[in-house]
Amino acid sequence: MSLDLDALSIRAANGLALFAPLSLQVPAGAVVTVMGPSGVGKSTLLDAIGGHLAHGFQLSGAVRLNGRDVTHLPAEARRIGLMFQDALLFPHLSVGDNLAFGLPPGLRGRARRRAAVEDALAQAGLAGLHDRDPATLSGGQRARAALMRTLLADPAALLLDEPFSKLDAGLRDEMRAFTFAHVTSRAVPTLMVTHDPEDARAAGGPVVGLTSPEGRRL
Amino acid sequence: MSHEGRVLRGVVLAVVVLGLIAPIALGLWQTGRAAFGILPALGRDTLSLEPWRDLAALPGLATSLRLTLVTGLGSTVLSLLLATGFCAAVHARMSNATGARLLTPFLAIPHAALAVGLAFVLAPSGWIARLLAPLAGWERPPDIATVNDSWGLALMVGLMVKEVPFLLLVILSALSQIPVARQMAAGRALGYGRGIVWIKIIMPQVWPLIRLPVWVVLAYALSVVDMAIILGPSNPPTLAVALTRWFSDPDPAMILPASAGAVLQVVLVALAVALLIGAEALGKRLGRWWLRRGGRGLSAEPGLWAASAAVVALMAVGMLAMVSLLVWSLAWRWSFPQIWPESFSLKPWAGAQRGWMRALGNTLVLAGATAVLSLALAIAWLEAEDRARRSRAAWAEALIYLPLLVPQIGFLYGLNVGFLQVGLSGGIWAVIWAQALFVFPYVMIALSDPWRALDPRMIRAAAALGAGPGRRLWAVKLPVLLRPILTASAIGVAVSVAQYLPTLFMGAGRVATLTTEAVTLSSGSDRRVTGVYATLQAALPFAAYLAAALVPAWVHRNRRALSGGVT
Repeated sequence: MSLDLDALSIRAANGLALFAPLSLQVPAGAVVTVMGPSGVGKSTLLDAIGGHLAHGFQLSGAVRLNGRDVTHLPAEARRIGLMFQDALLFPHLSVGDNLAFGLPPGLRGRARRRAAVEDALAQAGLAGLHDRDPATLSGGQRARAALMRTLLADPAALLLDEPFSKLDAGLRDEMRAFTFAHVTSRAVPTLMVTHDPEDARAAGGPVVGLTSPEGRRL
Repeated sequence: MSHEGRVLRGVVLAVVVLGLIAPIALGLWQTGRAAFGILPALGRDTLSLEPWRDLAALPGLATSLRLTLVTGLGSTVLSLLLATGFCAAVHARMSNATGARLLTPFLAIPHAALAVGLAFVLAPSGWIARLLAPLAGWERPPDIATVNDSWGLALMVGLMVKEVPFLLLVILSALSQIPVARQMAAGRALGYGRGIVWIKIIMPQVWPLIRLPVWVVLAYALSVVDMAIILGPSNPPTLAVALTRWFSDPDPAMILPASAGAVLQVVLVALAVALLIGAEALGKRLGRWWLRRGGRGLSAEPGLWAASAAVVALMAVGMLAMVSLLVWSLAWRWSFPQIWPESFSLKPWAGAQRGWMRALGNTLVLAGATAVLSLALAIAWLEAEDRARRSRAAWAEALIYLPLLVPQIGFLYGLNVGFLQVGLSGGIWAVIWAQALFVFPYVMIALSDPWRALDPRMIRAAAALGAGPGRRLWAVKLPVLLRPILTASAIGVAVSVAQYLPTLFMGAGRVATLTTEAVTLSSGSDRRVTGVYATLQAALPFAAYLAAALVPAWVHRNRRALSGGVT
C-alpha cells in the first residue's frame, strides 16, 4: 500500500497557485509530515487528496493510491481517512454508533458488527461507553473515539490535519503515541500536516516543507 | 461537480423558476394587460388608458393613497426606531434565547387573529375602555372611533405589534454576528455614551444585515389586506383593501380599474423601497460627517428608554389581544363596563362547530401541504448547493425574497386569470400553490443559516468514512438539523395559516379557512363566534411552534450537544 502525489498543484479561484507542484510518496506504515505556517494551503492540500475540494479550486497532477489514480473519484469512494483537530463525532449518534457509521457494509451480521465496534472501543480504552452521548466524553476520549471511527472504516490511506493542536499539553503526548502506534501497526500510509515540529518529531517520518509557487521555501 | 449534483441543481432551479417565479411574472403580466384595457374574458382586446381614467375617477382614491402611505411608511419607520431603541437599551441585559422565547408568540400569531384581538381590546366597548370606565364615569361605551378610525391609527398599532417583534428578532440575530460588548467597551473608553456608540458604531454594521427584512416589512405594511379590513379605516379604506373590494365587485368591468390600481400598488411599493434606499445613502453621508466631527453628543439614554417603554406597551397590548380572543370565545354574558365576563359558556364553540370544523380541516390541509412542499424544496436547494460545493449567488438570494417584496394584490388576480385558463382555479391545489409562493421564502430563510452553520468538516468526515451524498444527507445532516428543520416547518405553518388574499382569490371564495372566516366575521355581529375562529387561527401556529420545541428536545434528550439552545 502506498499513497503517491504526482506533481499535485492547486490553483485558487483567482488563478494563483497555492504552492509549487508537490510530488511525494508515502509508503505503507510510514508517516510523512508536511510542514508550513498556517494559511499556506495545508488544509486545502488535504482536501484535494481526500476529494473535498471546494468549488473554484483547480487541481492538476494526480493522487494515486496503490498505483490507482483516484484524482477524479468522489471522496466517499477513495477510502482515504481524515482526522481533524476536533474529533467531530456526529452529535446525534451514540459513541458506539459513531464507530459503526464508519464500519464497511461488507462486514455482515448485527452481532459481528457490534463485536467489531466493542473491540475498537476496548482498544481505545473506551470499553462500556458504547451508548454514551459523545458530548459527555472527555477531550482525550473523544479524540481516541474519532481515530477508532476512522480506522474502523479500513482506510487505504490516512490524512491528519493538525490532529493534536487543540489538545492540552499532557494529552497531546499521549494522543501522539496512541495515534502513531495504531497507524504503524495497521501499515496505513499516513500524511500529516502541522505547524508543530513536535508532531513531526513524534511521527518519526520524513518531513516535507510546502514551498511557494516561485520555489521559495515558505 | 458530480453528475448527481448537477441533476439536483437543475431540478431545483426548474421548480423554483416554474413554480415560484413564473406564476408571479405571469400574474404581473396579466394584471398589467388588464390595467391597459386588455382582458379577453370580458371581450376587451384594445390597448387603452381607460382603466386608469376610471381608477382616477373612483371616489376616495386620493384618501386611500394617503392612508396607505401614512400607515405603511409610518408603521415601518416607527417599528424600526422602536426596535432599534429597545435593542440598544436591553441587548446587554438579555440573552438571545430569552429574547427569542419572548418574541415567539408575536411571531406565531397570524395578522388576522391579532387584529381581531386588538379590535376587542381597543374598541369603545373593549378592555381598555372597561378599565378606564370607573375613572371616566362611563356607563356606556364611549362614542369614539378607536377601531377603524379614519386616521388609520388602530391599523398602525396592529402592524407595529407584529412588526416590532419581527424586527427585534432580525436585529438580535444580526447582533449575534457582531462583537457588540467589545465595541461598546472600546467606544465608551473613547468617551462616547452608550446610546451614541449604538448609533455611530453598532447600527451601521447592523443595517446591511437587516436591510432586506426591513424592505419586506415595508412592502407588507403598504399592501396588507386582512389586518387593514379588521382595524383600518373602512370608507375609504387603504388602497389594497379598496382593490380587493373592486376585484370582487359584482360588476366584472371593475376588474379593469382594479388592475390599474394593482399596478399602482406595485409602483407604490417600489417607490417606497427606492425612498428607503435614498434615505440610506443620505444617512450614510450625514452619518460620516457627524462621525468625523467626533462629537460625544448628549446622552441618548432617555430616548432609548422611551422606545423601550413603547415596545413594552405594544407587547402588553398584543398579549391582552391574544388573551381576549379566548375570553371572548368563551364569554356568555359580558355587559359594559364589567372587566370580566359574568358568565361563561361553550355555546359559541358548539353552535359554530360545523363551520369551524370545516375551516379547520381546510386550514390544516393547506398548512401541512405547503409546509411539507416548501421544506422539501428548501432542503433540496440547500443540498444542491452543498453538492455543487458553492455558496449562494446574489441573484438566487434575490429570487427567494422576490415573492415577499411584490405586493400580493399586484399579481394574484392576474395569476388567477392564468390559473383559470389552465383550469386550475377555484380548487384546493390552486390555493396550495399560491400559498406556497409565500411559505417557501420564509422556510428557506429560516433554514439557510442553521444549514450553513453545520461544520463542513463533519460532513467531510462522513464522506471520508465512505458515506455517499445520500447517506450524508439522511444519516448526518437531517438528524443533526432536526431542530431548525422543525422550527422552519413551524414558521411555514404560521405563514400558511395567516394567508388571506391567496386563499380568497385562488379559492374563488370556495375554500373557507380559519383566516377567511375570521376576517369575514370580524366586520359582523357576534364577537363570540369571531373569537372562536380567531382563537383557533392563533392556536395552530402556537401548536406548531410548541411541537418544534418539544419534539427535538425529546428525540435528542440524551444528546447534550443538540438538546440545548433555541435556534
